[in-house]
This record gives sequence, C-alpha cells and structure tokens, in this order.
Amino acid sequence: MNAPVQPGFDVERIRADFPVLAQQHRGRPLVFLDSGASAQKPRQVIQAMVRSMEERYANVHRGAYRLSEAATADYEAARAAVARFINAADPREVIFTTNSTAAINLVAHSWGRGVMQPGQAVLVSEMEHHANLVPWHMLRDDNRGIELRICRVTDAGELDLEDFEAKLADGKVGLVAVTHMSNVLGTVTPAERIVAMAHARGAKVLLDGSQAAVHRRVDMQALGADFYAFTGHKLYGPTGIGVLWARLEHQERMPPFLGGGDMIASVTLEGSTWAEPPAKFEAGTPPIVEAVGLHAAIDYVSAIGMPALEAHEHTLVDHAMRRLSDVAGLTLLGRAQDRGGVFSFALDNAHPHDLATLLDRAGIAVRAGRHCAEPLHARFGLEGGTCRASFGLYTTLGEIDYLAEALTKAREFFS
Amino acid sequence: MFDDLRDLYQEVILDHGRKPRNFRRLEDADRTARGDNPMCGDRMELFLKLRPDGAIEDVAFQGRGCAISMASASLMTETVKGKSPAEAHILGDRFRNLAMTGACPDCGASLEEEMERLQPLSGVHEFPSRVKCATLAWHTLNAALDGSGKEATSE
Ligand SMILES: Cc1ncc(COP(=O)(O)O)c(C=O)c1O
Repeated sequence: MNAPVQPGFDVERIRADFPVLAQQHRGRPLVFLDSGASAQKPRQVIQAMVRSMEERYANVHRGAYRLSEAATADYEAARAAVARFINAADPREVIFTTNSTAAINLVAHSWGRGVMQPGQAVLVSEMEHHANLVPWHMLRDDNRGIELRICRVTDAGELDLEDFEAKLADGKVGLVAVTHMSNVLGTVTPAERIVAMAHARGAKVLLDGSQAAVHRRVDMQALGADFYAFTGHKLYGPTGIGVLWARLEHQERMPPFLGGGDMIASVTLEGSTWAEPPAKFEAGTPPIVEAVGLHAAIDYVSAIGMPALEAHEHTLVDHAMRRLSDVAGLTLLGRAQDRGGVFSFALDNAHPHDLATLLDRAGIAVRAGRHCAEPLHARFGLEGGTCRASFGLYTTLGEIDYLAEALTKAREFFS
Repeated sequence: MFDDLRDLYQEVILDHGRKPRNFRRLEDADRTARGDNPMCGDRMELFLKLRPDGAIEDVAFQGRGCAISMASASLMTETVKGKSPAEAHILGDRFRNLAMTGACPDCGASLEEEMERLQPLSGVHEFPSRVKCATLAWHTLNAALDGSGKEATSE
C-alpha cells in the first residue's frame, strides 16, 4: 500500500522516526492528517532537545563559562542553519521569535508603526490566516492614518492578480502582507510575481510562509521579498520558536518591538553587539532549546531533501485530488493550479464537527472549524466551517485511500 | 466503521438534527438571547414568550450548527415549554451534568419524564470536545431567562 514514491524516499522508514505514529487509536493505527496545524516530531528533534538540556544548557550570550558558550554556539548555529535552509544572504537576517504570529506582529509593530507613514496602506488578501489579518486590523485602528486593503480571491481559490494590481495602482501601498501558501485552500501564491508587482509600485512585501516553508524549498535571495515569516512547530520542530527573516537594511530602520534589559550592551563580554540586528529584536531569554530543536528539524528535512519532499507531496496531492473528487456529496474548497497538501472539504449531509467526530472514531485526526480563516470561509459561503486534512512528509497514499473510504461511509451513516 | 457511534448519534438525534422542532422566530418574544461557540461556528438565537406568572409559554430558536447542537436545542425547546424558570434552571443543571458525566444521580427526584427525553444526548460525555455543542442551547436559555442580554457561550 505504501509504494516508494521516488527513489531514496522511503515513507515507511521516515514513519519509523516519528514515535507518535506507532500509536494505536482504538485498535487502529493513528492516521494523523492535521500536520498543517502542527506537525509531529521525529526522534532526531526530540533527542537533540533532550541532549541540549542534559549536556549543553545554560542561558546564552551572557556567561563567559563553558556551558553558556556551548549553548550560545548551539543557538547561533541554529540561526546559521535557518539562514542556509532559506538561502538568506546573511544569518543576521534571521530573527528568532516565538512563532509566526509573533514574527508578523513584530513587522506590524516595528515596520507598521515605526517606519510606515500616515496615508500609506497595507494590502492583505482574503485568504489570510488570522495571524496575518488581525495585526493589520490593529494597525489600521491605531489612529495612525494607515489604511487596510484586501485583495480578492478567485472562485478557484487563487489570488486575484487583477484586483491585486488595481489595489497597488495608486502607489499608496507601503506594505503587501500575503500568505505564500493558504492553510485552508492549499493554494501556493505566485510569490515572485507578487514581489515584482509590489516593488514596481514601491511597496515592501511580507510573505507568511508558515505553510509554504514546510512544503517547498524557499529561497530568500530568489524570492526577493522584504520579510518572510514561518513557525518551527509546523516544520517538524518544537513549539515556541518562529522565524522572521528581514533584510538588514530594514532591520536598521525598525525600532525594537519588545523592550528589555537584555537588549542593551552592558551585561556581558558579548553585550556590545546586542543592540545590533538581529539581537535588537530578541529581547529577553530566547527559545534556546527550541532553537536547537528547530536546527535538528531543518537537518532532518534537509537530509531527506526538499526536492524529495516536494515530489512526495505532489504524489499525495494528485492522489488526494482524485480520491476526494470521487467521494459523492463532498465539496472541495479551492482548485488552485499550484497547491500543496492541504484539503478543506464539506460533506453535503454532515456538519464538519459531526464529520470530524466520525473520522476520529476511525482513527483519523482532521481539524474541523474555520481554521483561523473566518473571512475566507465566509467568502466561499461556508460559515459553518469545513474539515481539513493536511499532509506531512510521513503521510501515505494508503492513508488518503482510508480517508476517502471513511468519508464515503460517513455520508452513508448520516443519510 | 462507525457502528459504535450509534450511541452518540441515536436516531432521535439525527432526526432532531435534520428537522429541528420549534425552529422559527417568535415575533412577539418577551426575551431573546444569542448563543455562540466561536470555536465551532455554532450560533443560535433563542426566543421566549412568558406567561404572566413567568412560566415559559412558548419557546423557539434559529441558528446553525452541528447535529448535536441542533438536536439539543430542539429537544430543549420541547422539554421546557410550560415550565417555570426555576424548573428550567433545574433541568439545565441536570442536563449539563448528564452531558459531562453521562449520569444523572438526581434525576429520579423530580422532572423524571423531562430528563428521560434528554437522555439520548448523554452519549456526548465520551466526547469531551463535543460537550459544549450539547450545552450551548441550555446556556443560551439561562441567558434568556436571566434577561442579562449577554451573549452566551458554552466555552
Ligand atoms: C498560514 C498561517 N499563518 C500563520 C499561522 C500561525 O502560526 P503560529 O500559530 O505558529 O503563530 C498559521 C498556523 O496556524 C498558518 O497556517
């Protein structure tokens, strides 16, 4: 049932790295299809974090003793690993945050309030996760004369590029903040085009890569964006760590977001560099063990290779598209040309919560609700929400078949 | 695959979920309240018409939600019609207990038939994430009876 999808990519061997996947759920193997919300962790990540705490743990950047130096070296090695992973020109472009939400709020605060001018606008899209919508509502409502514009999404679930161009046309947009991949529709947005169009109108670009960075090789130097946010826990790493990639020249112009004693150059030997980017945006004790975990996660996916992951995902997406399209009474949300392994759907005779309860009984974990994207569900007339199946590198074709079969049986159950 | 879920989704529940009773607006309602489960997107509006002595003369609701929340609201309206606010509160307390634990130690004391009617929903206690679907209607009823005008949630 789990034929190798490409030479060198052995999904069963990968699954063996994830302890949780060995779990039985009511006598059946766990079918975990909620990786888009948060991915499971391979043993390599867990062990790296244990080792960090057992052998190399102390606070960073402050003690001139061996353990602190070891922890600092690990923390900075994690930064370098992230920089390589996203092909950043310089590791200092990598700011560690607690998650994507914190990364986006950092931009909304330090760029939105610190650099943008009254009369300028922020342009987002209808398919944003609340994390890339609410901070901009807050900025708009902060009486700074900053407008919020919203780019439409087409019926296929793609960014409406005509509308995008129209909303950029007057040159007032100072910042475009859009997702690189929708957590509901699976749509991968044309990031290079977005950047080119925005830059042509004088706007900077923040891409929310929370989903995309897990599914694609993302290359900061090729994308040419200004800011890029992603989150560790979706990338098989731990919770509590996220990344904001930001060009150094922008970091120079941005005031700090959070203040704290740790930001000033007075505590340790290394302190004089703290006020420089990116330390200026990392107030307080950072997520040290989590950075080690993220580093291990990056090493893990890099060893498999992002091209192999992408190929595996393509196979899963094509298969899911076919199998789910065949389920009677099932509506799939979004039919984008370029899409990743995220499928939101609604069954004609079952509410998403009832459906999720049934699927759970079959050992299938999916998410039900509006997936932090209420406006998008309203856009597609599905205020009651959807169920969402999202894939990880450990997802198999057999699991997708099982989901399709369970959906067919669920429809019979409610008929 | 799902046979053991018939305890939760009994025929009564599926039936009330599909065709909720008293599913309408009461234009001459004395009290209304809204209930909302922000996590699920379940929403309802409850209407009460009270007799001069305060008892519930008529009750109806509108809204959207899963089979459990719709069925619970539907069964609730059938159960509390004609009851005094005090009785309705007692029923609500017992029902929440039933939904959370699957048992109802006080049920024999009074209002036995009424609790019998709500019994089919006791299966939700095995589904912690679904208990709030079943209790939303009763939280909303409390809000309407208390006339607090606040939006009820069962979070
Ligand atoms: C597209 C998108 N943006 C932002 C987020 C927020 O990520 P986090 O909760 O880790 O901040 C998520 C995940 O929930 C997401 O899918």
